[in-house]
Amino acid sequence: MNDAAVSIQGLGFRYPGQAADCFSNLSLTIHAGERFGLFGPNGAGKTTLMSCMTGLLEYQQGSIRLAGHEAKHHRKSVNSIFGFVPQDFSFYQELTPMENLAFFGAWSGLQKDKIKKRSLELLEVLGLSDVKDKQVQKFSGGMKRRVNLAIGVIHEPSILFLDEPTVGVDVHSRQAIINYLRSLNDKGTTLIYTSHQLSEAEGLCETIAMIDAGKILVHDSLNKLLDEHKEDGLEGLFISLTGKSIRNE
Amino acid sequence: MFKLRATILKDVQILTRDKVGLIFMFAMPIILAIVITATQNSTFELVNKNKVPMLLCSKDKGEPGKQLVNAIEKSGMFDVKKVDANETATQIADRMHKKDALIAIIIPEDFSDKIKAKARSTAAKALKNFGLGEDSTGVLNDSLQPITFMYHPVLQQSFRQSIQSSLRGALQMVQTKQVIEQMYFDVNEKQLPDTLENEFARNDIGINEVPVSRDGSKSIPTATQHNVPAWTIFAMFFIVISMGSSIVREKLNGSFIRLKTLPTNYLIALASKQFTYLTVTLLQAAVIFAIGIYLFPFLGLPKLDLPADLFGLFLVSFMCGLCAVSFATCIGVYAQTQEQCNGIGSVSIVLLAAIGGLLVPSFAMPASFQPVIKLSPLHWCLEAYYGLFLEGGSLKDIVANILPLLGITVFIQLLALYGLKRKNLI
Repeated sequence: MNDAAVSIQGLGFRYPGQAADCFSNLSLTIHAGERFGLFGPNGAGKTTLMSCMTGLLEYQQGSIRLAGHEAKHHRKSVNSIFGFVPQDFSFYQELTPMENLAFFGAWSGLQKDKIKKRSLELLEVLGLSDVKDKQVQKFSGGMKRRVNLAIGVIHEPSILFLDEPTVGVDVHSRQAIINYLRSLNDKGTTLIYTSHQLSEAEGLCETIAMIDAGKILVHDSLNKLLDEHKEDGLEGLFISLTGKSIRNE
Repeated sequence: MFKLRATILKDVQILTRDKVGLIFMFAMPIILAIVITATQNSTFELVNKNKVPMLLCSKDKGEPGKQLVNAIEKSGMFDVKKVDANETATQIADRMHKKDALIAIIIPEDFSDKIKAKARSTAAKALKNFGLGEDSTGVLNDSLQPITFMYHPVLQQSFRQSIQSSLRGALQMVQTKQVIEQMYFDVNEKQLPDTLENEFARNDIGINEVPVSRDGSKSIPTATQHNVPAWTIFAMFFIVISMGSSIVREKLNGSFIRLKTLPTNYLIALASKQFTYLTVTLLQAAVIFAIGIYLFPFLGLPKLDLPADLFGLFLVSFMCGLCAVSFATCIGVYAQTQEQCNGIGSVSIVLLAAIGGLLVPSFAMPASFQPVIKLSPLHWCLEAYYGLFLEGGSLKDIVANILPLLGITVFIQLLALYGLKRKNLI
């Protein structure tokens, strides 16, 4: 529980062509086995920070270590440590769930037998066994979200990044996804989660960080922060820390 | 290797489920090859085998006028329909608008008188040169009035020129005949005997067409031999729409984000796409060639004759396909939207085809264009195919076309790699 799954030290990042830094000297540690939530208003830097952690963006200063490995210098080997479930549907709509898992499983470094075994397990757990050979483009939003999640975890990563994993889905699909995430965490997977669904996040996350304008405002256990700020929910804490003004991206 | 196999399988699965894309890749070039070959073949037959309907209005009553009408009829190129001598040009034009004929000839009233006068003048000059008489005609001020050649605007320039050549031939024959008759009369003071006249008029010298083939074959190339290789290349390069779009779509949709976070280099995805689409281009070539061989004869078109060097044919097809997929990759890497890819891809292929000699023969292009022609990969593909299909050459004869093609392919691949590196995709 005390080993760092993600250790960010003195991170500096600026988008090309922009005058101001997105992050300047940002530090954050997420412990192995945590269910960690990263929250903030629109434009706060959540997605940018997650993109730096997953290697989608190349940072200019500082370091990000995943399970002790410096990400910047060992990108491809570090990539096998974590899984990523992006907000967008990140698969091929023309393929079936089995075909998608076969392809992404291979790209994640798994062998054929392992891919098949894991695919059947995952589709069973996520309630997609009946449609495993149907093209994903005919699926509902909730089913596609579950396929998106299955692909992200096929290689049993020790760290799982989740960017709005339940956006736009019904209660049943959301419940299935959250339950599965809890079960993964019970087996030791570190969850790094971001969402605007604060009630859902409140039930899932034990540790949170609140970010705004590229700065970490608070970072601690959720219960402790609620006590400190005398709030009875994450939504109240969010508003008390980031204000009430509407943000544009 | 397993990753590459899995990626190829994925690409094949996606490709085979895109029915519209498949139709575009296979049906369109087949239709194109059939339509263009049929059109060119029928144009060839119209000029060489069928007769062009012609309205002929002779306002001249003299012998040379009749000789001209006779020569036109005997040329074998026209289906002559004589109209009344009193019809005006406007009336003839009205007939042509009703599609009675696509062309009309009006021989002016004084055609015979003028041509006789010209013949007298020419004969006198010739005899004076021979030392057989004096030029008593003086300078002929009254120039010959031209015959009028009317044509329907749908008639293309090349076709008109072909008709004009035939008419000039007939005119030349009448003029020459008149000069000879006059010279004979001036010397012998009697008419040229019919036997001698026929002897002069007879065209004993034929034209023996000899295609300069490398394998010694004397078969005359048909519209099929010209068109099938050209449109096969066009089809191969038009894969830019499907393959380029596939790369752009992958870049734009979420799957690319995930690919970038996986422990596999994106070059594997590109290698897979190139392999898959290279196979498609070879299949396209095989299908179009098969149609040229087996279907064209049923459609009344000349059969496609494959070159003797089948390995050479495979190698040229492979190189054309490789260049086509390299070009598609490059467009896919640099295009930011599917609209960009489709627009730039299709326009650039039509341009490269035009400057490469697929639409108009490259030898017919202006001299200022000649250096540009060599920049088009389609030009080298076409030259290599023509070396096999038309010249009857073998692999060693077309190496000079394959090497520049290889050079262009390597350049395009490097350009694509540079784009990927610059965009941080590899």
